[in-house]
Amino acid sequence: MEDIYKYAGKRLTPDEMKAAIASSRHAMTEQDAIVRSRNFEEVNLGYSIETAQEEAKRCLLCPVPGCVQGCPVRIKIPEFLSAIVEGDFLEALRIVKEDNALPAVTGRVCPQEIQCEGKCTHVKAKRESVGIGHLERFVADLERYSSEKLPVETAEPTGRKVAIVGAGPSGLTVAADLARSGHEVHVYEALQKPGGVLIYGIPEFRLPKELVFYEVDNLKQMGVQFHYNHVIGRIFTVDEMLDERGFDAVYLGVGAGLPRFMNIEGESLNGIFSANEYLTRNNLMKGYEFPTYDTPIYRGRNVAVIGGGNVAMDSVRTAKRLGAENAYLVYRRSRVEMPARDEEIHHAEEEGVEFHNLTNPIRYLGDENGWVRAMECIQMELGEPDDSGRRRPVPIEGSEFTLDVDAVVVSVGTSANPLLTKSTPGLELNRWNNIIVDDKGRTSKKGVFSGGDIVRGAATVILAMGDGRVAAAGIEEYLETGEWPDKVE
Amino acid sequence: MNRIITIEEEVPNVHKMVIDAPDVAKKCKPGHFAIVIPDEQSERIPLSIADWDEDAGTVTIYFLEVGVSTMKLARKVAGDEIDMMAPLGRESEIDNYGTVVVCGGCYGVGAIYPIVKALKEAGNTVVTIIEARAKYLLYNEEVLARDSDEIYTATSDGSHGTKGKAQTVMKDLVDGGRHFDRAYIMGCTFMMMRNARMAKELGIPSKVYLNPLMVDATGMCGVCRCDVGGETKFACVDGPEFDGADVDWEQLFKRSAQYVPHQTLAYQHKKCDIDHCGGV
Ligand SMILES: Cc1cc2nc3c(=O)[nH]c(=O)nc-3n(C[C@H](O)[C@H](O)[C@H](O)COP(=O)(O)OP(=O)(O)OC[C@H]3O[C@@H](n4cnc5c(N)ncnc54)[C@H](O)[C@@H]3O)c2cc1C
Repeated sequence: MEDIYKYAGKRLTPDEMKAAIASSRHAMTEQDAIVRSRNFEEVNLGYSIETAQEEAKRCLLCPVPGCVQGCPVRIKIPEFLSAIVEGDFLEALRIVKEDNALPAVTGRVCPQEIQCEGKCTHVKAKRESVGIGHLERFVADLERYSSEKLPVETAEPTGRKVAIVGAGPSGLTVAADLARSGHEVHVYEALQKPGGVLIYGIPEFRLPKELVFYEVDNLKQMGVQFHYNHVIGRIFTVDEMLDERGFDAVYLGVGAGLPRFMNIEGESLNGIFSANEYLTRNNLMKGYEFPTYDTPIYRGRNVAVIGGGNVAMDSVRTAKRLGAENAYLVYRRSRVEMPARDEEIHHAEEEGVEFHNLTNPIRYLGDENGWVRAMECIQMELGEPDDSGRRRPVPIEGSEFTLDVDAVVVSVGTSANPLLTKSTPGLELNRWNNIIVDDKGRTSKKGVFSGGDIVRGAATVILAMGDGRVAAAGIEEYLETGEWPDKVE
Repeated sequence: MNRIITIEEEVPNVHKMVIDAPDVAKKCKPGHFAIVIPDEQSERIPLSIADWDEDAGTVTIYFLEVGVSTMKLARKVAGDEIDMMAPLGRESEIDNYGTVVVCGGCYGVGAIYPIVKALKEAGNTVVTIIEARAKYLLYNEEVLARDSDEIYTATSDGSHGTKGKAQTVMKDLVDGGRHFDRAYIMGCTFMMMRNARMAKELGIPSKVYLNPLMVDATGMCGVCRCDVGGETKFACVDGPEFDGADVDWEQLFKRSAQYVPHQTLAYQHKKCDIDHCGGV
């Protein structure tokens, strides 16, 4: 039998250790900031094989690896890095895939600086961390472009049927795990394409869509059946899936897709969009290729994006690429509190996005045709920490000023879409309409599991996938035993 | 994907399409709509569901060619496949109110049918009024007549029925002593506004079926937000049916005009391509 721990427990020789300590991180080549701020192609261009191996050699192969602790799905990082060093790239990918079904995605979008890379021993010693995210991406990309593929392995059919609602990262993870075990898996997705936020939210310049489709094709090869344009709760309900359509279990991975607005004066003016609208037009519907694609997107000259998360960063960089002369990011806290990934903030700065931190809009002013023309803002200062532990922004009286804008993208968060949960009796929700699950992903409704943003509120891709992992194991157990707890909390 | 069973042009620029969609047909209710996507490059087009047949497993829609995506839809032939997501929206509020007046214009002449039928089944006396610019643009009269107690037509040029609009007939009837407990109005925004305002003037509570811009149509994007009774509503999930008297029509018009320059540009850009004019 193949030794799956071939690369486990490796140690560096003293010379290797010295070299690793003396080394510095290899930057990933990227498109020039001026050039890329006018196109939608991917910013990061990837590591060459040589660079990847050099970077992987920087890993100190710590006996108690902090990086693994920092990874929400506990990828065996030192092992996969050792495999890269040895040039055993497919094995590296296989190791990653044991814990993470979509490495090409997470390598690009995980907030590594607060996860694996944040816990890297180099960082503790005030050096730069190993480029774990970049390397994760590297092993996945290399396979995608090469003719040598990881074999697709599935167990004998079990005759059990599982439905997955929502083709986001969470649902796709469950699909992968269950198909591998031989269950018949059907994925129902409301939109016309799979991927969830990966398709409609995160732009091409950060996550090429081709790569999401590649992963979905892999799932199809494993026998997973995809049904698009199916809004569960409308075309059929979860109860019907369980009672009439022969499903033994159902996983709900429907995300947190409802946009929040700020409910300030003038928010219904033309030219004011939710980030969901703006990004969906751009990414799912390819508005940036209008009129080749039919869905238009408004190309503002002076565009303000409200918010400080990944969604805001994606929106403001999209605005820039759509030709904005001024792309402003308006955020009520300061840069250190921004929830967006470091790399995105950094890229946005390089691309010429103008940051208005500690600033909040208070109302929008429009013209006679109902188009936004200006935005009144107020400056903020940071007060006492709030529930989230971040210092609460408070307005500075008398600091109002006006910013001329012809488009505004509101990116102040999303909440749970009640469309599905409302049509599913017996499903317990918390007061934010998120589904309540236990540590096996079980909901209060027998046979129904859930995870991802619909459970956590808007979170991250890797957490959504981690939930999928846990729920897939929970589903296996349930299919085996049929047991269900009386109460979940 | 869903297969097109039949497609025909009922009257100039009003297309009727019957689509194979057995699961959808089982769940349709009056007031529901669908999102239709003709091809990979197309917009997601919201269209009212005009009829369905559970046994045959089909759904019917009516649409006008107004932009590139609807142009492509109109050029489809029987047997072609399209993407369809349905049913969407809240179902219509239907009860036995007594006597109801139902007004249809534009695509609404076709798509108001499920409401007429449901009102009739609920026991109402149903008075249906359909409007068009001229006689040659009127359609569906016989179908609607089957489930209506009375049917009237109005044409702007007077070539058929009353000269005027649906609201002209509504007002004439009320002036002549008729009483209506409710009005149901479906058509283009302008038609719904006119008729809803008349209903309000005549003291008739009305229901309208808003058709603002939509993208996903599941509550995710918020482009369809409209002001109804002083509150922001998403037409796709809170509607499309709303009380006509509460709708902020001015705002609806302004918001609907957001992409008109884009659409005009794209239509001109694509028309030649799609219809092969001036080509080989
Ligand atoms: C613009 C943007 C940028 C982001 N950037 C990052 C990042 O850099 N790093 C990171 O880690 N996270 C990021 N996130 C967050 C991350 O994308 C989400 O946490 C993650 O996608 C959640 O996965 P999910 O599978 O739970 O839900 P989703 O990805 O939201 O997928 C849910 C799917 O379910 C479908 N659905 C909903 N209702 C139904 C229904 N009734 N029937 C059928 N299907 C339904 C939806 O159409 C959707 O496809 C970003 C989010 C956005 C919006």
